[in-house]
Amino acid sequence: MIQTISIIRSRTVVLTNRNIDTDQILPARFLTTTSRHGLGPHLFADWRYDDRQNPNKDFPLNQVDPAKYQVLVAGDNFGCGSSREHATWALLDYGFRVVISTQIADIFRSNALKNGLLPIIVEQEIHDRLTEHAGEFLEIDLQEQTLTMANGNIVEFPIDPFAKTCLLDGVDPLGFLLQQEAEIAAYEKSDS
Amino acid sequence: MSTRAQTLFEKVWNRHVVVPESHDTPATLYIDLHLIHEVSSPQAFSLLREKNLPVRRPGKTLATLDHSTPTDPEPAARTIPIVTAAVAGQIQALQDNCARFGIQLYDLGSEQRGIVHIIGPEQGLTRPGMTIVCGDSHTSTHGAFGALAFGIGTTEVAHVLATQCLLQNKPASMAINISGRLADGVSAKDLILAIIGKIGVQGGIGHVIEYRGETIDSLSMEQRMTVCNMSIEAGARAGMIAPDQITFDYLEGRGKMPTGARWSELLKSWQDLSSDNDAAFDQQVDIDVGGMRPMITFGTNPGMVMSIDDCIPDKGKDESLDKALAYMGLEHGQALLGQRIDIVFIGSCTNARISDLREAATLLKNRKIAKGLRMLVVPGSQAIKKQAESEGLAQIFIDAGAEWRESGCSMCIAMNGDAVPRGQYVLSTSNRNFEGRQGSGARSILASPLTAAATAINGKISDPVELM
Repeated sequence: MIQTISIIRSRTVVLTNRNIDTDQILPARFLTTTSRHGLGPHLFADWRYDDRQNPNKDFPLNQVDPAKYQVLVAGDNFGCGSSREHATWALLDYGFRVVISTQIADIFRSNALKNGLLPIIVEQEIHDRLTEHAGEFLEIDLQEQTLTMANGNIVEFPIDPFAKTCLLDGVDPLGFLLQQEAEIAAYEKSDS
Repeated sequence: MSTRAQTLFEKVWNRHVVVPESHDTPATLYIDLHLIHEVSSPQAFSLLREKNLPVRRPGKTLATLDHSTPTDPEPAARTIPIVTAAVAGQIQALQDNCARFGIQLYDLGSEQRGIVHIIGPEQGLTRPGMTIVCGDSHTSTHGAFGALAFGIGTTEVAHVLATQCLLQNKPASMAINISGRLADGVSAKDLILAIIGKIGVQGGIGHVIEYRGETIDSLSMEQRMTVCNMSIEAGARAGMIAPDQITFDYLEGRGKMPTGARWSELLKSWQDLSSDNDAAFDQQVDIDVGGMRPMITFGTNPGMVMSIDDCIPDKGKDESLDKALAYMGLEHGQALLGQRIDIVFIGSCTNARISDLREAATLLKNRKIAKGLRMLVVPGSQAIKKQAESEGLAQIFIDAGAEWRESGCSMCIAMNGDAVPRGQYVLSTSNRNFEGRQGSGARSILASPLTAAATAINGKISDPVELM
């Protein structure tokens, strides 16, 4: 079930690395599950914990309370690599609601939108400001497609109109597809 | 009907539009072939059960076991011991779901089982002009046949199961024009690594790539699959190659491919599957392969790649390169020829087809792998395994000192019992050198099967040309 989004007010966690792939977000050894739930503890497992499974104090996620830091600001090309939707489930289960980068990989973005994790693309200069002000309090308004920074500056961000409707109103894309039964049946008839 | 010049991608896309894209809604695209495996499908079937939905066209979905399924056979029983209870549960879930929803499964023990992107083409199921999806990013492999093939997430797997359709915004197009002849010892793997090095791991975001030009025309289907396979490593939605006589010869009489009049009909329907002469691409990239050498990666994504005899770039502004080298235990300016390697892995949907095994075997024949080095050779499918055994390739690998396995993803994804220990170097024919990809703390170097074989023999990174 999609979690709806309207306005999110929260602080940021910053991971400056470029090209953070889904193997980093959730290593493959945690993919042996048949559930969508309970993956939060394994989020960024190889960066978050040391060899003895103790929290790595230098890692930004270990320095903040997830309940107050629901916005992840990450380097260019976030979510590249494997199509595993488990990466999205892990981010949500941990507590993130928004991911901001200069580029977000196609499959990851699609997975995020279908689960209520808002992917936001910003220009490099905005990204630079966000990374320089880790922990900054942001207000993100999906209806208005705006991101308001702590200094009061407001930036607009793009989002696919259908995904926006789904996230705002909780529209299930599968339900939308199922309503096209007549068109799908007609296509199958003409194609056979 | 518009007479505007179209790209190959547009032709395949347009033929599959059920409901066109509007300002407010994406297009509904019909899917001809849906491949599933044990790791990305269980939660999709759960969604169907929660909503009490049937699978709309069970005959258009095919299941296999490859990702978490172990490849290490129990010699006496010839069965595969399952590594953990969780994996056993995942395999059981796929078996149960396929039985309940009427989907064909290439189960444990099936001679047709194999890596999902190897068996589609092998069985004659992957065809020109099709739309093909799978909950796996390397679905781009099937684009080698002129199919529009791309990876999807698990929610979309459920969409396809329930409706045989996906909601999609039309991607942009990119032509990669490749000219020149690949030198001896330089393979399709080297070519795609060089392409990713040139356009970058984000260079293809939002695009479907069409690989074109004389170099592509001269490649075998297996080589074309290797190229298309790694399109996702350049960030692309898909990679495609226009079908030609080489494609048709590969497909004729293969597996489930129809014969007789139906084959003639299919062949006719594929004739216009190429980009029109004046079709416009959103981006164009030209590459000349003259002088191209075997390629190896040195960092933690496939774009961090160089000629085998080059040195790692000097320190610059790129902080991510510094981080990658720290992880890899390598230094700026360092040469990699002669770098000690602990494990050599030949396998994966990129390079585990019969031609890859034949190439590796040419170097390993009558030779031994280096003392102390471990080598795994994992065929891409049970059919390839059988073929390699009948051709004597398997014996060449075994005599050289390598482990010969059942088919599966194995050490490419390291969730099935095959993993690289922390800190060790693996020279791998797979597709991802991400941190931890081949095991927590594993240090991966990607290369071709020829380079892998040469490296196994010497125990250090070696130029295959010198052994040929």
